[in-house]
Amino acid sequence: MSGLASEKSARSAVELTGVDKRFGDVHALAEIELTLDDGEFVSLIGPSGCGKSTLLRVVADLEQPTEGTVRVGGKPARQARLDQDYGIAFQQSGLLEWRTVAENVELPLHVHGVGKAERRARAAELLELVGLADFAGSRPGQLSGGMQQRVAIARALAPQPKLLLMDEPFGALDEMTRERMQAELLRIARESGAAVLFVTHSIPEAVVLSDRVVVMTPRPGRITEIVTGRRPGRADLEPDDVEDVRETAAFFTAVTAVREALRKGHG
Amino acid sequence: MGGRTRTVATTASAFALLVLLWELVKLVVPDDGVVVGGVRILPRTDDASMPHVSTVIAKLGQPEVAGAADARTVGAAVAQSALYTLGLALGGLVLGGVLGVVLALVMLRFRLAERAMLPYIVASQTVPLIAIAPLVAGWGGKIAIMGWAWQPWASVMVIASYLAFFPIAVGALRGLAGPSRASVELFTSLAAGWWTTLRRLRLPAAVPAIIPAVRLAAAAAVVGAIVAEISTGTRGGIGRLIIEYAQTATGDPSQLYAAILGAAVLGLVAAGLVSLVDLALWRYRGAIG
Repeated sequence: MSGLASEKSARSAVELTGVDKRFGDVHALAEIELTLDDGEFVSLIGPSGCGKSTLLRVVADLEQPTEGTVRVGGKPARQARLDQDYGIAFQQSGLLEWRTVAENVELPLHVHGVGKAERRARAAELLELVGLADFAGSRPGQLSGGMQQRVAIARALAPQPKLLLMDEPFGALDEMTRERMQAELLRIARESGAAVLFVTHSIPEAVVLSDRVVVMTPRPGRITEIVTGRRPGRADLEPDDVEDVRETAAFFTAVTAVREALRKGHG
Repeated sequence: MGGRTRTVATTASAFALLVLLWELVKLVVPDDGVVVGGVRILPRTDDASMPHVSTVIAKLGQPEVAGAADARTVGAAVAQSALYTLGLALGGLVLGGVLGVVLALVMLRFRLAERAMLPYIVASQTVPLIAIAPLVAGWGGKIAIMGWAWQPWASVMVIASYLAFFPIAVGALRGLAGPSRASVELFTSLAAGWWTTLRRLRLPAAVPAIIPAVRLAAAAAVVGAIVAEISTGTRGGIGRLIIEYAQTATGDPSQLYAAILGAAVLGLVAAGLVSLVDLALWRYRGAIG
């Protein structure tokens, strides 16, 4: 049995065991148990203050859990951060204005002393992936919000991480751009093979993107239910299909299930 | 570049306007000024109080000591001493800049240091410079650094830096602390250390705050150097020249005005040098936001 367990943890992109986080009197996370398989897309959803961002930050080693263990790709979270095993994108793209778009994408490699030629090549490749090859020399300020967010995703992918952490990356975008970005993200995630942990408070967004939707409730932040999303069994989904997904019965069933779970958590 | 040309044009026309205004006052206001009820509300405008601009310009070409044929011209004397003072002011600016940035870094690194030091940094500027100048000159006279005996000009440089470090320390601290929490966390997530974060994030982001601070500091360093020269009695600079010319001002004010003109040009040159630095760092301008 123990052999099986360790084999499983070696495969897992993320493994949280008995994670507890307190900020003084505030009990932000309680008894979190969650495992992400390689290449799996998991969304965290819940009302404000349910600890979903804190959970993501614990995985990113930006916060230390009060109790419990966090393993990323089989390593302690801190080691995974130092080894650049994950890429992260926030609600604000956080691009550096004094760098060109390509130089922003190169930033993680630059920080780690990767040579210029290699950086250039990798940035060009990633800008191609996010459809911004023509904007390599532009300044971030010249790009629209959606384009800036795509640059931020390309930057997160620069060190070829096995895991992408995203904290409401499309929260500041308008609805149309948002839906297009969701399709883009699915394609990018599939092509890069990275697992994704995605924080959102949009139910349709969580369902459309995810293999599994993790529903959380506040005070203390805990996982109350895990709903199967629109991509059960990691069935490949063409970006063009994303539009259609929204009209399938499975989509509505999953949306209803998440909504029910959220309501139950509130009651 | 259009903006740069416009700046030069604006500066030139502002100078022309000032000359025009000067001559207009001289033309319109009576020689004895305007006296209302025993109080003079407009100054005397006779040639001994307000020489013509042309007289001041012409003075630059005349020998410093009337009658001595081999003496240097007033213009040469003013230029020479202005250049000397510029050197000291720039030295003070560099010294103050290094000190200011180091203080800002220490305050950035240790929040406690900020709370402990910032009030004193502010208070340091309320101590009158003319009170400090003789002290610095006095200390300087007693020390030698690694066999190098302290020179009077070194005191002037230190006093100039005393004024220059303040705007730089405050500006640099504001700029270095500028990046948002999200940006700092991005660097943490990239496993970047404090120095890497400083070099790749905080310093570039601080440029828009530091450049105006350096511009203020440059002006302060010039004022500091001139006042320091006067109050320590250091020879060779424009400060001393102003004092020397002031003694002859009752007879010939144009010579004093020539020296004052030199001091003003000196300030403009110092500001111009900062603009060159600004130009070199164009990439980082407008980076705050």
